[in-house]
Amino acid sequence: MRKRLPGLFGAVFLILVVLVFSQTYAPSAFADYGSRATGVSTQASAVEADNAAPRLTKDDYPASSIVRPRVAVWLAAQMHLWFAAFVLAVPIFVVVIEAIGIYRKDERYDRMAYEFIRVSMTAYTLTAATGVIFAVALFAFYPHLMKYLLSIFKPTVALYFIFLVLENAALILYFRLWKRLRTGAGKIVHLCIGIALNLAGTAIMFVANAWVTFMMSPAGVDLKGAFQGDVWAAVHNNLWNPMNLHRFVANIAYGGSIVGAYAAYRFLSSTTEEEKAHYDWMGYTANLVSIGALLPLPFAGYWLTAEIYAYSQQMGITLMGGVFAWLFIIQAVIIGALFLAANYYLWCGLSRSEGGKRYTPYIKYIAFMVAVSFIVWFTPHTLILKPWEASALGGQYHPYLGSLGLMPAKNTAVNIMLLFTFLSFLFYRRANRVAVVSWAPYGKAAQTAIFASAIVNIVFLGVYYGYFTNTVYKVASSVPQVATTLVAVIACLTIEAFIYKGAKEAGPYRWGRMPERSQYAIFLITVSFTWLMGLMGYVRAAIRQHWHVFSVMRDASPDAFTPTIGYAANVVSIGTIIFMALVVFIFWLSGRKGADYGE
Amino acid sequence: MRIAKLAQFIIVVAVVYALLKAPGVFLGKPIPESLIFMYMVLVVATVLLVMTSTDESAEELFRPIRALVEDPKKAFARKIVFVIAPIVAGYIAYGLSSKGMEPPAELRSIHPAPPSKMTAYGKRIDMDTLENPLRATETGEKEVFNAYVADGAGIYFKNCVFCHGGKLDGRGHYARALTPKPLPFKGRDTIAQLSESYVFWRVVKGGPGLPSEGGPADSSMPAWEDKLTEEEVWKVVLFLYDFTGNRPRERAREGK
Repeated sequence: MRKRLPGLFGAVFLILVVLVFSQTYAPSAFADYGSRATGVSTQASAVEADNAAPRLTKDDYPASSIVRPRVAVWLAAQMHLWFAAFVLAVPIFVVVIEAIGIYRKDERYDRMAYEFIRVSMTAYTLTAATGVIFAVALFAFYPHLMKYLLSIFKPTVALYFIFLVLENAALILYFRLWKRLRTGAGKIVHLCIGIALNLAGTAIMFVANAWVTFMMSPAGVDLKGAFQGDVWAAVHNNLWNPMNLHRFVANIAYGGSIVGAYAAYRFLSSTTEEEKAHYDWMGYTANLVSIGALLPLPFAGYWLTAEIYAYSQQMGITLMGGVFAWLFIIQAVIIGALFLAANYYLWCGLSRSEGGKRYTPYIKYIAFMVAVSFIVWFTPHTLILKPWEASALGGQYHPYLGSLGLMPAKNTAVNIMLLFTFLSFLFYRRANRVAVVSWAPYGKAAQTAIFASAIVNIVFLGVYYGYFTNTVYKVASSVPQVATTLVAVIACLTIEAFIYKGAKEAGPYRWGRMPERSQYAIFLITVSFTWLMGLMGYVRAAIRQHWHVFSVMRDASPDAFTPTIGYAANVVSIGTIIFMALVVFIFWLSGRKGADYGE
Repeated sequence: MRIAKLAQFIIVVAVVYALLKAPGVFLGKPIPESLIFMYMVLVVATVLLVMTSTDESAEELFRPIRALVEDPKKAFARKIVFVIAPIVAGYIAYGLSSKGMEPPAELRSIHPAPPSKMTAYGKRIDMDTLENPLRATETGEKEVFNAYVADGAGIYFKNCVFCHGGKLDGRGHYARALTPKPLPFKGRDTIAQLSESYVFWRVVKGGPGLPSEGGPADSSMPAWEDKLTEEEVWKVVLFLYDFTGNRPRERAREGK
């Protein structure tokens, strides 16, 4: 219990801070706002004026000579979000792994799950600490915004803390009872506690998502921002569900990548073959979960973006075609790097078995297709041109590459990139197996046909609907493209399962026989995820531009301008370095005495 | 003859670089250096990943480099490389850091975000709900629609053709004198990506009305607000889409 005390103190302190502020800034404290101050309004209009979004001037923002308020809030928010993602993501991963362990009756999974919940404990403390810093920074530098938000979301703040207490209780029980509830029905009870922990954690995220998305697509308020009394309408705004889905899926992928990084860290510092084998296996499993969750992530993101565009053309164009378009190119580069790293890890994994050599000649073809897709994926529509280049091209669009800059080309490329990454996985999976069923060649032919037809269909949908019909079909065509990818993946996996049922092993399978450079690919995946979350999180928040609450409450602070892309990227990059340093510290702290599983 | 891994690496990278340079050399349409740099980083990384995916392959790739550094028999070659390499690196660094007289590359946002509201023709217009009032005639009143399009063509050829061209390809008589050049309406990557309200805003407010957020957004497009009526602008917008065979971007659903 001693280990939990800092986390609990942090959580309690956070509760106190917010409750104190919520009392101070409750709607009744808005004595100096609106028509009530003039003393001429009717009761109804007084209520409306009380709730209306305040019109601020720069004097309403406390100044600081020590820190830039926006950067302070930005970094505090980002740190808290990263740690929150860590502690929401890893328990999802842990419960999944624990369930697999129960299903397969394999204690290795249970040990890995335990090791990870143990690693998460320090992260919980840091989540609470950064949460307190974030809350204090927000209330200190943006008091009127917080007053306004609390006047609408006060009931949900209470809900937030109820879920927070439940999550902490579930976490303590889950961790402390691991040893006691290790067998039989007790194990199922333990798994249920883990599920409860995740439900509470996810609920916390959903509540916080409501506040964040309200600031982008306010609902339940009139044009002046006056709250109409329906909290559910404010919560259930246009972007709430898309963001819930996007963050939930991303959390699973992120959790896997963090666990993968831990495994890589321990693999590289292992001194015995047994340890190496264990952490190699852990890294592989974590990556499998991470990349598995990564597959649907672009489409969840696409839904979120489409909803942003549908809500506001201005926000949509700012995001994809305007000032932030180049941050999307950086995003594309990082995602591409992530896919390359995932593929590289699988290619290196072929060396774990003798049978893997059969598939190494195919690596270069897969790499070629991934690289071509990657090139399409990050080719921008609006180019950075030198004057002589602009003069030669006659404009900012390239006559040959211009069409690669549009979303249909990107959607097509990402689907093909996913399919070839899946192919790497398929080759890895069958590396050490020799099929014994007589119809195996036909099964493989069917897989090839499915794979080829999927690519033809994806290209057709992208080219025809993307460039030869109007935009409604263009956006809509991304859905059958995704469906094609998913159907191809599921169909190939199903056939694969039957082909290799009862398969012989090609040779001994050796966990731990991985080149050390492969472990750096895992680090690259984790850093890429973290960086991406920071960059895209910034873009999502910044498309509100000079609005605290889009079109309702204007930001009048001296910081109400959009920083340059380079400045924003620097802030996020510094944040990423600080966060990753803290993550390495957590790994080091957790690994000092080794895993005490079963102690 | 089997080509050594390191030579393979150099050949692949060199061939890709030559291919990327080819459109500029042979067709006069260069791929921008900023993009070539990104492509080449990817190509080098991918080739390296492929060549180091197995221990044997990685060993073969780096063996000549290791031998150059460690093998006593290669002392002469080592000395040459150790002299030439820093000189080449220094020359490249000098080339990258000496700015010369060339202005820096600029990132110009061609389609910056429109405002959520604008004032034009003496009224406040909500951009999120703005529709072309003449578009409804396209279904049901085809003759009326065609008449609007014909009117739009007349307005276009009296006012816009000089820069945007008779084929709407951005190659009008004045186009060569302008930097940046006028936008073509043909093709699938300009007005086909935009809603009619966006095109209306760009015509009405022109270059002077461009927001600063997407800067530098320099444009010689005049603001037509004082020269064309609201209906005339909508007719031109109809013509632009009709002539080029494009459809305007439609809202997925009503914004709030």
